[in-house]
Amino acid sequence: MSAVTPLLQMKGIVKRFPGVRALDGVDLEVLPGEVHCLLGQNGAGKSTLIKVLAGAHRPDEGVVTLGGEEVRPASPIDAIRLGISTIYQELDLVDGLTVAQNVFLGHEPSRLGFVGRSEVGRATRGLLTRLGHGEIRPGTEVGRLSPAAKQVVSMARALSRDTRLIVMDEPSAALAHDEVANLFRIIRELTAQGVAVIYISHRLEEIREIGDRVTVLKDGRTVAVGLPAKTTPTGEIVSLMTGRSVEHVFPPRPAPGSHEGRPEVLRVEDLAVPGVLSGVSFSVRAGEIVGLAGLVGSGRSEIIEAVYGARRFTGNVLLEGRPVGRGGTGRTVRLGMGLAPEERKSQALLLDQSVTRNISLAGLGRYSRLGWLDRRREAADARSLVERLDVRPGDPDRPVKTLSGGNQQKVVLARWLLNERRLLLLDEPTRGVDVGARAELYAVIRELADSGIGVLLVSSEVPEVLGLADRVLVIREGTVIHQGDARDLDEHRVLDMIMEGGAL
Amino acid sequence: MTEPQGRAPASPASPVDVAGSPAGPDAPGAAAPRPAPPPATRLSRLGEVPHLGLVAALALLAVVGLVTVPDTFASASNLVGILSLAATIGVITVGATFVIIGGGIDLSVGAVMALASVWATTLATQSYGPLIMIVCAVLVGAGAGLVNGLLIAYGRLVPFIATLAMLVAARGLAQRMSDRRTQLVQQGNQAIVDLSTTRVLGVPVLVYIFAVVVAAGWVLLNRTTFGRRTYAVGGNPEAARLAGIDVRRHTMWLYALSGLCCGIAAVLIMARTTTGSSTHGDLYELDAIAAVIIGGTLLTGGRGSIVGSILGLLIFTVITNLFILNGLNTSDQLIAKGLIIVVAVLLQRRSLRSPT
Repeated sequence: MSAVTPLLQMKGIVKRFPGVRALDGVDLEVLPGEVHCLLGQNGAGKSTLIKVLAGAHRPDEGVVTLGGEEVRPASPIDAIRLGISTIYQELDLVDGLTVAQNVFLGHEPSRLGFVGRSEVGRATRGLLTRLGHGEIRPGTEVGRLSPAAKQVVSMARALSRDTRLIVMDEPSAALAHDEVANLFRIIRELTAQGVAVIYISHRLEEIREIGDRVTVLKDGRTVAVGLPAKTTPTGEIVSLMTGRSVEHVFPPRPAPGSHEGRPEVLRVEDLAVPGVLSGVSFSVRAGEIVGLAGLVGSGRSEIIEAVYGARRFTGNVLLEGRPVGRGGTGRTVRLGMGLAPEERKSQALLLDQSVTRNISLAGLGRYSRLGWLDRRREAADARSLVERLDVRPGDPDRPVKTLSGGNQQKVVLARWLLNERRLLLLDEPTRGVDVGARAELYAVIRELADSGIGVLLVSSEVPEVLGLADRVLVIREGTVIHQGDARDLDEHRVLDMIMEGGAL
Repeated sequence: MTEPQGRAPASPASPVDVAGSPAGPDAPGAAAPRPAPPPATRLSRLGEVPHLGLVAALALLAVVGLVTVPDTFASASNLVGILSLAATIGVITVGATFVIIGGGIDLSVGAVMALASVWATTLATQSYGPLIMIVCAVLVGAGAGLVNGLLIAYGRLVPFIATLAMLVAARGLAQRMSDRRTQLVQQGNQAIVDLSTTRVLGVPVLVYIFAVVVAAGWVLLNRTTFGRRTYAVGGNPEAARLAGIDVRRHTMWLYALSGLCCGIAAVLIMARTTTGSSTHGDLYELDAIAAVIIGGTLLTGGRGSIVGSILGLLIFTVITNLFILNGLNTSDQLIAKGLIIVVAVLLQRRSLRSPT
C-alpha cells in the first residue's frame, strides 16, 4: 500500500477553541480510491477534523497535503475548488429551493448571468438517476422531501462538482436498510473512478462492509492509523474508541411473559392516518418495552406522532383507559406521556440553554406557585437527575449544546423522568450516539421500564430493537405485519418481513 | 406577587465567582473529560459580559458628556430629563423584548400607542375622569396586542405582516377618531399631566412608572414559568410544543403583553405632552427594536434580557441628549445611531461565536 502516493495527508493537526483543544495532533492519510473510515466517540474530534478539511475551521498547527501539494483551505468554497466535497450530518440544504437549485447552488451553469434552467434540470436528473433515485424530481422543493431523499440530493450536489475526495458524516443515519445498500453501490462506483471517500459512521457493520481502512480518534488524537476495516476485531476497535471494552451492550430482560399480569398503559385500537397508517392495534403494558421495527417511511414514526397527539388520526388511543383525543401534545403530556423525538437538536432541545432548563422544560408546572418559579428546587432536581443518569460533564449549568449526543439524549430522558410518566415514546434514541454511550442509554431505558413505565421504541437498527425490546411489532406499509416476543425473532427474519414485497 | 425566593442565598456566592472568573474560562483542564462541576454561576456570569460592554459604552458616553458639556450634562435636571425621555419608549421596549425573545416581532407598537392616546383623550372618554382614561389607554393597547396575537398564533400570519397591518390600521383609526387633530388633556383631568410634573425625591412620577414596568418585566421574564416558556417558544418552538407547551397560546399572550405596554406608554406620553394624537410614537417601533437588538437579544428569538434592552435604550437616549446639548445636527444623530446598531451587533456576534 505504501507504494501508492496518498491523496490526502493531514499531519499533526491542532485546533484550539477557547478552553478546549478540540484536535490535539491528529494524523490522517487517505489513498486515492479507498474508503477510509473515521471512528471515534462523540467529542473525539471527528466533526472538527472534517470542518478543517472542508475549510470551515483553520487549524492552529499542522500540515494538510492534497495530491502531494500543501493546501490550506480557508473557506468552504476553497475546499470545493480543491476537490473536497463534504456531506454533513446535519444536511445543509436550502429547504425553500428546488432539488436542482440545491444541487447546483453556488456553481450554477450560467450564460451572461442567466441560469440555464433546462440545463440544470437535465444535469440534476442525470445525477439523481446515477444515484439510483430517478424518482426524485428536480423541480420539487427540498423542504418537501424525506430525510433519506435529502441525503440523496446532498450526494448529487457533491457529485455535481469535480471531486477528488468526498467526506460523508454519518451518511446512513437517515437511511433505511435498502437505501444504505444503494449508498454503498454509489460509493463503490465512485471509488472505482479513483475518488476517495472518508466515511464516518457509528455502525461497525457498515464499516466492515464498505471500508478499506480505519483511523480511530479519541479525545482529539489519533489512536490508530490505517487498521484494516474488514479484519480488525470489533472488540479491538471499541476498546480503542472508548479506552475500555464493551461486551454486554444490552441490559438483561425480565423473563418472557412477566408483563402478562401488569396493567395496560397504552392501548391503540384501529389507528389510522389517511395514506400512511391503517388498522394499527397494539398495547403496551407497564414495565414493558415494545419496539417498532420498519423501514423509514413504513409509518413507524407516524404511530409515535399520533399516539403523542402531534398528528391527526382516526381510531382510539387510550392512555390508562383515557382517550387521548384531540387535545394535542399539551393533553398527552398532562396525561403522562413523554417523547424523545427523532431529531434531538431540532425537536427536543433548547441548545443555547442550560442542562437544568432543558430538563425542567416539560415540568415547569411543578415549580410554579402562581406562575412563580421555585428555582432552587428546580436546580436541585436537575442536579440529582444529572447524577442519576450520569450525564457528563456533570454540570447542570452548562449549555446543552456543549454535550455529546449521548449525553444530550440523557438530558431529554431526564426531562421525562422529572415528571411521573406512564408512557415514554422513544424515536431513534441512539441516533448519532457512539457505541460506549449507547450501552449506557440502553441501561437507562431498561431501568425506566423496570420502574413501571411503558416504553414504545422506534429504531432503524433492527439489532437495537431486538436487543432492547421485550416485544416487537414489525411495520410495513402502514400496517402491523407481525407482533411477538423479541426473543423469538432474529435480525434476518425481521429484515425479511420488513422488505418482503419490495421496500417502501 | 410573592417575594423573590432564593435570591439572598445566591448573592454571597457571587463575589467569589467574580474574583475567580478571569482565570475561569481559560483555565487548563476545563475540557478534561470529567471535570468537577464548576461553581454554578460561572457560565451565567460569562453570559453577562455583553451587559458589561453596554455599561462601558454608556460610561463612555457619560465621559463624552462630562468633557464636552460639563456644566449641563451632569446636572440633576438633565439626568431626570434623559430618564423622562426614555420612559415612554422604555415601557414599549419591555414588551418588545418579550415578543422578540419569543421569536416574533411587533411593528405596531408606535401606532398602537398613538391609538390608545387618542382613544383615551376623546371628549367622551375624558368625561369619565383620569382613572378611566388610564384604564381606556391600557385596554386599547392590550386589545390591539391581543388582535395581533390572535392573527399570528391562530390565523398563522407571519408576525411581520400581521403587525405591519396593525401599524397601518391603528394609525388610520387614530386619525379617524381624532379627525387628525391633537386632543388636549382637559383641565379637569390634570391628574394625568401630574404624572410628569409631580416629583418624588426630585424625580417625576412617570419615571417611577417606567421603573416599575421594567422591574415587573424582569421578574416576569426571569422568575416565572411565563418567562421560561418565552425563551423556549422563541428558542425552539418545536421542542417547546413536543414538551407539552401550548406554543400558540403563549405566542398570543406575548403580543397582548406588548400591546399592554403600549397602553401604559400611551399614558406616559399623554402626561408628558398633555395631548393624545395620531402622530404620537412615529417610528417608535424602530427605536424599540433597535434598543432590544443593541441589548443583545437575538432577532431569531430564544435569547435576550430586559436589562440589556434598557441599557440599549439608555445609550440611544443619551446620544440624543448629547447631540442636543452640543447643538449638533439631528441628521448626524441618526447616522450615529445607525452606526451604533451595526457595531453593537458585530461585537455581540463575536462574543456569541463558540465552537460546536
